[in-house]
Amino acid sequence: MDIRELYRDVILDHNRSPRNFGRLEPADAEALGHNPLCGDSLSLTLRLANDRLSEIRFNGQGCAISVASASMMSEAVSGKSLPEVEALYREVHALFTEPAHVPALPLGKLMALGGVREFPARVKCASLCWHTLHAALQRHAAGERPTVSTE
Amino acid sequence: MNAPPARLADPYADAEGRLRAERVRADFPILEREVHGRPLVYLDSAASSQQPRAVLEATEHYATTSHANVHRGVHTLSQEATAAFEAARESVRRFINARKPSEIIFTRGTTEAINLVARSWGGTQLAAGDEVLITYLEHHANIVPWQLACAAAGARLIAAPLTPAGELELGAFLELLGPRTKMVALAHVSNALGTTLPVAQVIAAAHERGVPVLLDGAQAIAHQRVDVQQLDCDFYAFSGHKMYAPTGIGVLYGRESLLRAMPPWQGGGDMILSVSIAHSTYNELPWRFEAGTPNISGAIGLAAAIDYLEALGRDRVAAHEQRLLLLATAQLAAIPGLQLIGTAREKAAVISFTLRGVHPHDIGTILDQEGIAIRTGHHCAMPVMTYYGLAATARASFGCYSTEADIERLLAGLERVREVFA
Ligand SMILES: Cc1ncc(COP(=O)(O)O)c(C=O)c1O
Repeated sequence: MDIRELYRDVILDHNRSPRNFGRLEPADAEALGHNPLCGDSLSLTLRLANDRLSEIRFNGQGCAISVASASMMSEAVSGKSLPEVEALYREVHALFTEPAHVPALPLGKLMALGGVREFPARVKCASLCWHTLHAALQRHAAGERPTVSTE
Repeated sequence: MNAPPARLADPYADAEGRLRAERVRADFPILEREVHGRPLVYLDSAASSQQPRAVLEATEHYATTSHANVHRGVHTLSQEATAAFEAARESVRRFINARKPSEIIFTRGTTEAINLVARSWGGTQLAAGDEVLITYLEHHANIVPWQLACAAAGARLIAAPLTPAGELELGAFLELLGPRTKMVALAHVSNALGTTLPVAQVIAAAHERGVPVLLDGAQAIAHQRVDVQQLDCDFYAFSGHKMYAPTGIGVLYGRESLLRAMPPWQGGGDMILSVSIAHSTYNELPWRFEAGTPNISGAIGLAAAIDYLEALGRDRVAAHEQRLLLLATAQLAAIPGLQLIGTAREKAAVISFTLRGVHPHDIGTILDQEGIAIRTGHHCAMPVMTYYGLAATARASFGCYSTEADIERLLAGLERVREVFA
């Protein structure tokens, strides 16, 4: 298989210039994700308004796949309602893991990440940001709020 | 009368007495396979080395002719298995030049060997206020067991600093070696950086203060001559699977006087002489530290790996790997944006590096697609990564079967990485 199936131009572009990179202070929800395989970590901060994800920022260290995935996710979920985000989360998970998955939603650019299916060692890299987003929203739904950073 | 037969030429040496790595490769069946349609280039021997046919055949022969439990049967198979298992212990003794076979304890690997010392020795010898001195470049296997032992005793774990090249700051180390130091534990060779540590000076300084020294020999044992009497270390730990033997077998060498004073750390069969419900009397060394049925097949494989390494010639293998290290270091250093991590003067054939703008994980995937196996990540040595401000590196490591052709493939693979990320 051609390695460019994994490293498509859109992925390399998002890796080189990640969108929505940074931190929201203050934020309404946050979560930290780890990939123990490579020691990478990803932090997400979110702002929510009227059950919509109005803003999202991420930062951390990661490989091209995890940075591009987080950057593309941030674009895809900005402005979406929480049920829409949840539906995307499920679709993307299927895209990364199920062969020949036919998406039930338009995934747009995110389809470019489908190449990870053929690289099982890299599925975790692509899905880390989505799992972290999911965790942040669940914690928010459970009433947890970010601890205010004084730095 | 016939002339006496000419001495058979050593198949593993060329005319100049150097290792014929191409001949060595022929002994390793796995090196014949392809990965993603390309002949495998295996540059991850520091994580785990491959097994030569001699080792595979030794374990198969044992399983097909003599397998039984050891130390407990009067029947023929049990006697044969016991004899082979104890012969393996003697092979290890000879290989590292221990004084007695009773100083050789079989474990699952380096990790278990260090845990044994930290638990048994640490459990009785460490007290509140004591210190265990390690270094910043240790593998987690030589950090976490000491953290546990220190936490249990109220002792402190202290790490000696490194130079920018990845060498031990010997002066700072000697200052940290103080009246509270009860144990010094350090790598013989670093798995993340390749550094060979100045163990002779460390051991001499520690012994001047009466402090025992444990060497984590996981990365040294297959790559240089190891003589525990000459080193004068008190404990030496290593794993079979990093010296061409199977997984699941390793060794703790311990100085007899220290081992004698140590209590058992696991209880069960084989480690006792007699058991009543109220009380047990423990077996002699080394069996006192080998509770339960041991990895008999692994020990036999380890002995076969020792014979194999000796047939290749340990010094010849070391010289071969050093040649490859020099060659690969020079060629990698010339790649734009490539930074070598760990440039100690004395190194084993381990090269850690980063490439500007490309995460090591991506390097690993692209090289894998070219059939080249390297390690990427923190190498189970997170403190040393943090020390140099890195989350991960890419690491190529060599073994007796590595060749210049492997280095050429690696360079071509890295060129491909640079193309994809151009
Ligand atoms: C320096 C060092 N110490 C300890 C270990 C642990 O060895 P094992 O996993 O075989 O117990 C390793 C293996 O990666 C190592 O490189």
